[in-house]
Amino acid sequence: MTDISVGTEIPALKLPPITRTTLALYAGASGDHNPVHIDSDFAKKAGMPDVFAHGMLSMAYLGRMLTNWQSQAKLKRFSNRFASITHLQDVITCIGKVVELVEQDGETVARCEIQAIKATGEQTLVGEALVAI
Amino acid sequence: MLDKTKIGHEFPLFSTEVEKGRLRFFAEAIGERNPIYTDESAAKAAGYSAIPAPPTFMFSVDLDGPDMLPILKLLNLDIGRVLHGTQDFEYLGQIYAGDSITQKSKIADIYDKRNGALEFVVQESTYTNQNDELVGRAQQTLVYRN
Repeated sequence: MTDISVGTEIPALKLPPITRTTLALYAGASGDHNPVHIDSDFAKKAGMPDVFAHGMLSMAYLGRMLTNWQSQAKLKRFSNRFASITHLQDVITCIGKVVELVEQDGETVARCEIQAIKATGEQTLVGEALVAI
Repeated sequence: MLDKTKIGHEFPLFSTEVEKGRLRFFAEAIGERNPIYTDESAAKAAGYSAIPAPPTFMFSVDLDGPDMLPILKLLNLDIGRVLHGTQDFEYLGQIYAGDSITQKSKIADIYDKRNGALEFVVQESTYTNQNDELVGRAQQTLVYRN
Protein backbone atom coordinates (compact mmCIF):
# COMPACT_ATOMS: atom_id res chain seq x y z
CA MET A 1 0.00 0.00 0.00
CA THR A 2 2.64 2.47 -1.03
CA ASP A 3 -0.05 4.65 -2.60
CA ILE A 4 -1.12 5.96 0.82
CA SER A 5 0.60 9.13 1.94
CA VAL A 6 -0.13 12.31 3.84
CA GLY A 7 -3.00 14.02 2.05
CA THR A 8 -4.53 10.82 0.63
CA GLU A 9 -8.30 11.16 0.75
CA ILE A 10 -10.45 8.28 1.88
CA PRO A 11 -13.25 7.70 -0.65
CA ALA A 12 -16.32 9.48 0.75
CA LEU A 13 -19.47 7.59 1.73
CA LYS A 14 -22.78 9.38 1.10
CA LEU A 15 -25.78 7.98 2.93
CA PRO A 16 -29.46 8.10 2.09
CA PRO A 17 -31.62 10.45 4.22
CA ILE A 18 -32.18 9.25 7.80
CA THR A 19 -35.73 7.93 8.22
CA ARG A 20 -37.72 6.50 11.11
CA THR A 21 -37.23 3.09 9.51
CA THR A 22 -33.43 3.57 9.55
CA LEU A 23 -33.63 4.27 13.29
CA ALA A 24 -36.01 1.40 14.06
CA LEU A 25 -33.77 -1.09 12.25
CA TYR A 26 -30.64 0.23 13.91
CA ALA A 27 -32.29 0.11 17.35
CA GLY A 28 -33.21 -3.53 16.85
CA ALA A 29 -29.93 -4.65 15.33
CA SER A 30 -27.63 -2.73 17.66
CA GLY A 31 -29.53 -3.43 20.86
CA ASP A 32 -29.78 0.30 21.61
CA HIS A 33 -33.46 0.54 22.53
CA ASN A 34 -33.27 4.04 23.99
CA PRO A 35 -36.81 5.31 23.21
CA VAL A 36 -35.52 8.79 22.40
CA HIS A 37 -34.50 7.35 18.99
CA ILE A 38 -37.67 5.41 18.17
CA ASP A 39 -40.61 6.85 20.10
CA SER A 40 -41.67 10.40 19.09
CA ASP A 41 -43.86 10.84 22.17
CA PHE A 42 -40.94 10.01 24.43
CA ALA A 43 -38.53 12.24 22.47
CA LYS A 44 -40.90 15.22 22.73
CA LYS A 45 -41.33 14.69 26.47
CA ALA A 46 -37.54 14.72 26.74
CA GLY A 47 -37.54 18.17 25.13
CA MET A 48 -36.46 17.16 21.63
CA PRO A 49 -38.41 18.16 18.50
CA ASP A 50 -38.73 14.50 17.45
CA VAL A 51 -36.77 11.25 17.48
CA PHE A 52 -33.18 11.68 16.33
CA ALA A 53 -30.44 9.38 15.11
CA HIS A 54 -28.24 7.27 17.35
CA GLY A 55 -24.73 8.73 17.39
CA MET A 56 -23.47 5.18 17.01
CA LEU A 57 -25.37 4.81 13.72
CA SER A 58 -23.26 7.57 12.19
CA MET A 59 -20.14 6.08 13.78
CA ALA A 60 -21.06 2.80 12.05
CA TYR A 61 -21.26 4.76 8.77
CA LEU A 62 -17.76 6.14 9.43
CA GLY A 63 -16.68 2.55 10.06
CA ARG A 64 -18.14 1.54 6.67
CA MET A 65 -16.14 4.29 5.01
CA LEU A 66 -12.95 3.04 6.70
CA THR A 67 -13.46 -0.66 5.91
CA ASN A 68 -14.50 0.13 2.30
CA TRP A 69 -11.09 1.76 2.00
CA GLN A 70 -8.87 -0.65 3.93
CA SER A 71 -9.67 -4.07 5.34
CA GLN A 72 -10.95 -4.11 8.89
CA ALA A 73 -7.96 -6.19 10.04
CA LYS A 74 -5.82 -3.06 9.50
CA LEU A 75 -7.92 -0.85 11.73
CA LYS A 76 -6.06 -0.22 15.01
CA ARG A 77 -8.03 2.56 16.59
CA PHE A 78 -11.23 4.46 15.81
CA SER A 79 -12.57 7.32 17.88
CA ASN A 80 -14.82 10.32 17.57
CA ARG A 81 -16.79 12.90 19.44
CA PHE A 82 -20.44 13.50 18.69
CA ALA A 83 -20.51 17.17 17.75
CA SER A 84 -24.16 17.68 16.87
CA ILE A 85 -27.41 15.77 16.66
CA THR A 86 -28.49 14.09 13.42
CA HIS A 87 -32.19 14.63 12.77
CA LEU A 88 -34.72 12.85 10.58
CA GLN A 89 -34.16 13.48 6.86
CA ASP A 90 -30.59 14.66 7.39
CA VAL A 91 -28.25 13.43 4.66
CA ILE A 92 -24.93 12.36 6.12
CA THR A 93 -21.68 12.13 4.20
CA CYS A 94 -18.55 10.55 5.69
CA ILE A 95 -15.18 11.94 4.66
CA GLY A 96 -11.60 11.55 5.79
CA LYS A 97 -7.98 11.95 4.86
CA VAL A 98 -4.53 10.82 5.94
CA VAL A 99 -2.83 13.52 8.00
CA GLU A 100 0.27 11.72 9.26
CA LEU A 101 2.22 8.48 8.89
CA VAL A 102 3.57 7.18 12.18
CA GLU A 103 5.62 4.17 13.23
CA GLN A 104 3.87 2.16 15.88
CA ASP A 105 4.84 -1.29 17.21
CA GLY A 106 7.09 -1.89 14.21
CA GLU A 107 4.53 -1.01 11.54
CA THR A 108 3.55 2.09 9.60
CA VAL A 109 0.19 3.46 10.57
CA ALA A 110 -1.79 6.18 8.79
CA ARG A 111 -3.41 8.65 11.15
CA CYS A 112 -6.62 9.78 9.50
CA GLU A 113 -8.92 12.64 10.36
CA ILE A 114 -12.49 11.58 9.77
CA GLN A 115 -15.84 13.33 10.00
CA ALA A 116 -19.51 12.93 9.29
CA ILE A 117 -21.20 16.04 7.92
CA LYS A 118 -24.72 17.10 7.03
CA ALA A 119 -25.65 18.51 3.61
CA THR A 120 -25.40 21.97 5.21
CA GLY A 121 -21.74 21.25 6.00
CA GLU A 122 -22.43 21.03 9.74
CA GLN A 123 -20.21 18.43 11.42
CA THR A 124 -22.00 15.69 13.34
CA LEU A 125 -19.05 13.43 14.20
CA VAL A 126 -15.39 14.43 14.29
CA GLY A 127 -12.70 11.89 14.96
CA GLU A 128 -9.62 9.97 14.11
CA ALA A 129 -8.65 6.51 12.90
CA LEU A 130 -5.34 4.68 12.92
CA VAL A 131 -4.97 2.29 9.97
CA ALA A 132 -1.96 0.05 9.34
CA ILE A 133 -0.54 0.38 5.83
CA MET B 1 -25.13 16.35 40.76
CA LEU B 2 -24.07 12.79 39.96
CA ASP B 3 -22.56 10.68 42.70
CA LYS B 4 -18.81 11.03 42.24
CA THR B 5 -18.14 8.30 44.81
CA LYS B 6 -19.09 5.94 41.96
CA ILE B 7 -15.82 6.76 40.17
CA GLY B 8 -13.96 3.46 40.01
CA HIS B 9 -17.15 1.40 40.25
CA GLU B 10 -16.80 -1.89 38.38
CA PHE B 11 -19.89 -3.38 36.78
CA PRO B 12 -20.39 -7.13 37.05
CA LEU B 13 -18.75 -8.74 34.05
CA PHE B 14 -20.92 -10.69 31.63
CA SER B 15 -20.51 -12.83 28.54
CA THR B 16 -22.55 -12.75 25.36
CA GLU B 17 -22.65 -14.90 22.23
CA VAL B 18 -22.05 -13.07 18.96
CA GLU B 19 -24.64 -14.63 16.66
CA LYS B 20 -24.23 -14.77 12.90
CA GLY B 21 -27.83 -13.67 12.34
CA ARG B 22 -27.34 -10.69 14.63
CA LEU B 23 -24.30 -9.60 12.62
CA ARG B 24 -26.27 -9.93 9.37
CA PHE B 25 -29.07 -7.80 10.83
CA PHE B 26 -26.52 -5.24 12.06
CA ALA B 27 -24.93 -5.10 8.58
CA GLU B 28 -28.35 -4.58 7.01
CA ALA B 29 -29.24 -1.83 9.50
CA ILE B 30 -26.09 0.17 8.73
CA GLY B 31 -26.34 -0.43 4.96
CA GLU B 32 -23.17 -2.51 4.86
CA ARG B 33 -23.08 -4.46 1.57
CA ASN B 34 -19.57 -5.96 1.69
CA PRO B 35 -20.28 -9.73 1.69
CA ILE B 36 -17.59 -10.45 4.30
CA TYR B 37 -20.04 -9.06 6.88
CA THR B 38 -22.86 -11.45 5.93
CA ASP B 39 -21.37 -14.46 4.14
CA GLU B 40 -18.96 -16.80 5.88
CA SER B 41 -17.28 -18.02 2.70
CA ALA B 42 -16.62 -14.43 1.59
CA ALA B 43 -15.18 -13.65 5.03
CA LYS B 44 -12.88 -16.69 4.86
CA ALA B 45 -11.78 -15.83 1.32
CA ALA B 46 -10.80 -12.39 2.68
CA GLY B 47 -8.63 -14.00 5.37
CA TYR B 48 -11.00 -13.89 8.34
CA SER B 49 -11.74 -17.06 10.32
CA ALA B 50 -15.49 -16.28 10.35
CA ILE B 51 -17.80 -13.30 9.75
CA PRO B 52 -16.16 -10.37 11.56
CA ALA B 53 -18.22 -8.01 13.72
CA PRO B 54 -18.03 -4.49 12.19
CA PRO B 55 -15.80 -1.96 13.99
CA THR B 56 -18.51 -0.36 16.13
CA PHE B 57 -20.14 -3.63 17.21
CA MET B 58 -18.29 -3.60 20.56
CA PHE B 59 -20.82 -0.99 21.65
CA SER B 60 -23.60 -3.51 20.96
CA VAL B 61 -21.79 -6.04 23.15
CA ASP B 62 -22.10 -3.44 25.93
CA LEU B 63 -25.87 -3.39 25.47
CA ASP B 64 -26.17 -7.18 25.71
CA GLY B 65 -25.69 -7.33 29.46
CA PRO B 66 -28.40 -8.16 32.00
CA ASP B 67 -29.40 -4.45 31.98
CA MET B 68 -29.18 -2.57 28.66
CA LEU B 69 -27.43 0.39 30.33
CA PRO B 70 -26.55 -0.49 33.94
CA ILE B 71 -25.13 3.00 34.35
CA LEU B 72 -28.69 4.40 34.39
CA LYS B 73 -29.53 2.57 37.61
CA LEU B 74 -26.13 3.08 39.20
CA LEU B 75 -26.20 6.87 38.78
CA ASN B 76 -29.98 7.26 38.78
CA LEU B 77 -30.03 8.78 35.28
CA ASP B 78 -33.11 9.70 33.25
CA ILE B 79 -32.43 8.11 29.84
CA GLY B 80 -34.12 11.02 28.04
CA ARG B 81 -31.38 13.37 29.24
CA VAL B 82 -28.41 11.19 28.28
CA LEU B 83 -26.37 12.02 25.16
CA HIS B 84 -23.35 10.25 23.76
CA GLY B 85 -20.32 12.55 23.95
CA THR B 86 -17.35 10.55 22.71
CA GLN B 87 -16.53 6.98 21.73
CA ASP B 88 -13.09 5.43 21.33
CA PHE B 89 -12.34 1.86 20.18
CA GLU B 90 -8.97 0.16 20.22
CA TYR B 91 -8.61 -3.08 18.25
CA LEU B 92 -6.25 -5.75 19.54
CA GLY B 93 -7.92 -8.58 17.63
CA GLN B 94 -11.22 -9.32 15.90
CA ILE B 95 -14.63 -10.27 17.23
CA TYR B 96 -16.19 -13.01 15.07
CA ALA B 97 -19.58 -14.63 14.65
CA GLY B 98 -19.68 -17.56 17.05
CA ASP B 99 -17.48 -15.92 19.66
CA SER B 100 -18.40 -15.63 23.30
CA ILE B 101 -17.26 -12.18 24.40
CA THR B 102 -16.78 -11.24 28.03
CA GLN B 103 -17.21 -7.55 28.73
CA LYS B 104 -15.75 -5.84 31.79
CA SER B 105 -16.55 -2.23 32.42
CA LYS B 106 -15.94 0.47 35.00
CA ILE B 107 -16.65 4.12 35.66
CA ALA B 108 -13.35 5.90 35.00
CA ASP B 109 -14.43 9.47 35.75
CA ILE B 110 -17.36 11.78 36.48
CA TYR B 111 -17.04 15.55 36.04
CA ASP B 112 -19.16 18.56 35.20
CA LYS B 113 -19.00 21.74 33.12
CA ARG B 114 -20.92 25.02 33.09
CA ASN B 115 -21.49 24.88 36.86
CA GLY B 116 -23.10 21.48 36.63
CA ALA B 117 -25.43 22.21 33.67
CA LEU B 118 -23.70 19.35 31.89
CA GLU B 119 -22.21 16.33 33.61
CA PHE B 120 -19.92 13.78 32.01
CA VAL B 121 -19.45 10.12 32.82
CA VAL B 122 -16.44 8.27 31.39
CA GLN B 123 -16.77 4.50 31.12
CA GLU B 124 -13.97 2.09 30.12
CA SER B 125 -14.55 -1.45 28.88
CA THR B 126 -12.53 -4.45 27.78
CA TYR B 127 -13.60 -7.31 25.52
CA THR B 128 -12.13 -10.79 25.84
CA ASN B 129 -13.03 -13.82 23.71
CA GLN B 130 -13.54 -17.48 24.65
CA ASN B 131 -9.80 -18.11 24.19
CA ASP B 132 -8.93 -15.45 26.78
CA GLU B 133 -7.64 -13.12 24.07
CA LEU B 134 -8.17 -9.43 24.76
CA VAL B 135 -9.69 -8.38 21.42
CA GLY B 136 -10.55 -4.78 22.14
CA ARG B 137 -10.89 -1.86 24.50
CA ALA B 138 -13.36 1.00 24.50
CA GLN B 139 -13.84 4.29 26.25
CA GLN B 140 -17.01 6.34 26.07
CA THR B 141 -18.23 9.59 27.52
CA LEU B 142 -21.89 10.10 28.27
CA VAL B 143 -23.22 13.64 28.62
CA TYR B 144 -26.02 14.29 31.08
CA ARG B 145 -28.23 17.37 30.56
CA ASN B 146 -29.32 18.79 33.91
